[in-house]
Amino acid sequence: MKNENLYNYILGIADNNLILGQRLGELCGHGPTLETDIACTNISLDLLGQVRSFYQYAAKIAGDGRKEDDIAMLRKERDYLNVLLVEQPNTDFGYTIARQFLFDVYHFLMLTELEKSQDLTLSAIATKSLKEVSYHKRFSSDWIKRLGDGTSESHDRIQMAINDLWTYTDELFHQTEADKVMVAEGIGVDVTKLKDDYYNQVGNILEEATLEIPERKYFQKGGKQGIHTEHLGYLLAELQYMQRAYPNMEW
Amino acid sequence: MSEEQIKNLEEQFEARILRDDKIEPKDWMPEKYRQTHIRQISQHAHSEIVGMLPEGNWITRAPSLRRKVALLAKVQDEGGHGLYLYSAAETLGISRDEMFDQLHTGKAKYSSIFNYPALTWADMGAIGWLVDGAAIINQVALCGTSYGPYARAMVRICKEESFHQRQGYEIMLKLANGAPEQKDMAQDALNRFWWPSLMMFGPKDDESPHTAQSMKWKLKRKTNDDLRQQFIDQTVPQADILGLTIPDPDLKWNEAKQGYDFGEIDWDEFWQVVKGHGPCNKERMKARVNAWENGAWVRDAAMAYADKKSELKNKQAV
Repeated sequence: MKNENLYNYILGIADNNLILGQRLGELCGHGPTLETDIACTNISLDLLGQVRSFYQYAAKIAGDGRKEDDIAMLRKERDYLNVLLVEQPNTDFGYTIARQFLFDVYHFLMLTELEKSQDLTLSAIATKSLKEVSYHKRFSSDWIKRLGDGTSESHDRIQMAINDLWTYTDELFHQTEADKVMVAEGIGVDVTKLKDDYYNQVGNILEEATLEIPERKYFQKGGKQGIHTEHLGYLLAELQYMQRAYPNMEW
Repeated sequence: MSEEQIKNLEEQFEARILRDDKIEPKDWMPEKYRQTHIRQISQHAHSEIVGMLPEGNWITRAPSLRRKVALLAKVQDEGGHGLYLYSAAETLGISRDEMFDQLHTGKAKYSSIFNYPALTWADMGAIGWLVDGAAIINQVALCGTSYGPYARAMVRICKEESFHQRQGYEIMLKLANGAPEQKDMAQDALNRFWWPSLMMFGPKDDESPHTAQSMKWKLKRKTNDDLRQQFIDQTVPQADILGLTIPDPDLKWNEAKQGYDFGEIDWDEFWQVVKGHGPCNKERMKARVNAWENGAWVRDAAMAYADKKSELKNKQAV
């Protein structure tokens, strides 16, 4: 492939959307209220809409006849480059919101930088996505506050979810080889520079929500190299089922 | 109020309906009108949210990103329909929590069609084409119903439903023109959903206890049998275009009535499912009850938080 770094860079962004969108899609019809049900579906819809733009572009870069669905559904487990955070299961509404919040704050910062990319396609996708992601961030931040400063049960539950998922936050700021090349070319975002802002913003919301900021020395990583948690395999089994069971068909 | 006065109000009320006036929430209405509307509108709302389940179960397995996004949007629309309909019912003096309670305890019904399982991807096509198609026929008639909030909700819902139906038909069209396995999948879905779709129009007219009163209040504008006939007449040519066979050996064009004759519906199956013994009645209710019970702490938190905030605001105001 002529521009493998750009291709991998795009997947590194878009796979997060795909996997998180798929996770949220599992919840459709099972939310705690009709309003949150609709909101989570809506976020899933936004993320998957963004994925399509990214994969269509990646398919063009790959130039080997593969289409967006081949990229989305016909890779092997080790070829998905999403961070570990987004593949974590919907343990309960607290985990769903904590995962969303910890991702949204990052997502918004990253897209804000990506909007300045020299690559006009990526910049345009970022501009469109930012409108949606600013809503996601508001939704998840509001729920962090409601749950944190709601009842003692909700406080404990959301604190537990934040504590458990915190271990996956550091990976958001790891640079891959493709990242480094793309940053040097003025195309990619230097995620290492987003870290302080991220923890500040997250910290402020947690504080407002009367929650503790977890103290952690050890973090999990691997997603960006395709080394995932065991959860991803099951998610992919559902995601890929039709394409695997009925290969080479139009739907 | 004296009996005479009530009788007067009732006469005025019936006259308004006859003139095609809309009845609004604050208007006087007979208690039976209110109860019948609560029953029908909440049943309709419940059908929307229970209806999210069979299709929701295919979101994670949709065969392409385009289909996944379209299905998500569709199921989300159904949630939205549930919201307007619950709101419309609330204008009659019942709360959403009370309606949920009626659903969860089995006191309120929802459309039986959602007690059939969605087994293959083609079921997403068949549900859109047939189930939404049947629903539209019922609902278009309701856009002119006498209760204002319900009629207005129906206008919006009908627009979205007709989009869903086209989307379902398009899924079927793709399958019917695809590989032999895809065509088989489409035929199988039609075979399983055809008869339950015909049952969506309810019992035969002579066995439908509410028809006469509902016709008078324009809560129904055509009878069950008329609507069912309309659905069949409109759907058979669509199946022909797909090259699929309607699973009814007695289906035959009747030149004299300018409509199709069709075979006997299995009314035992209809009543079995209505009474709670269909293939998925228990699973559907379990899913709804679980969502509600597992979400209790979230709703409590939201209420507690809102109370704290308004308390704070009041303090600041002082």
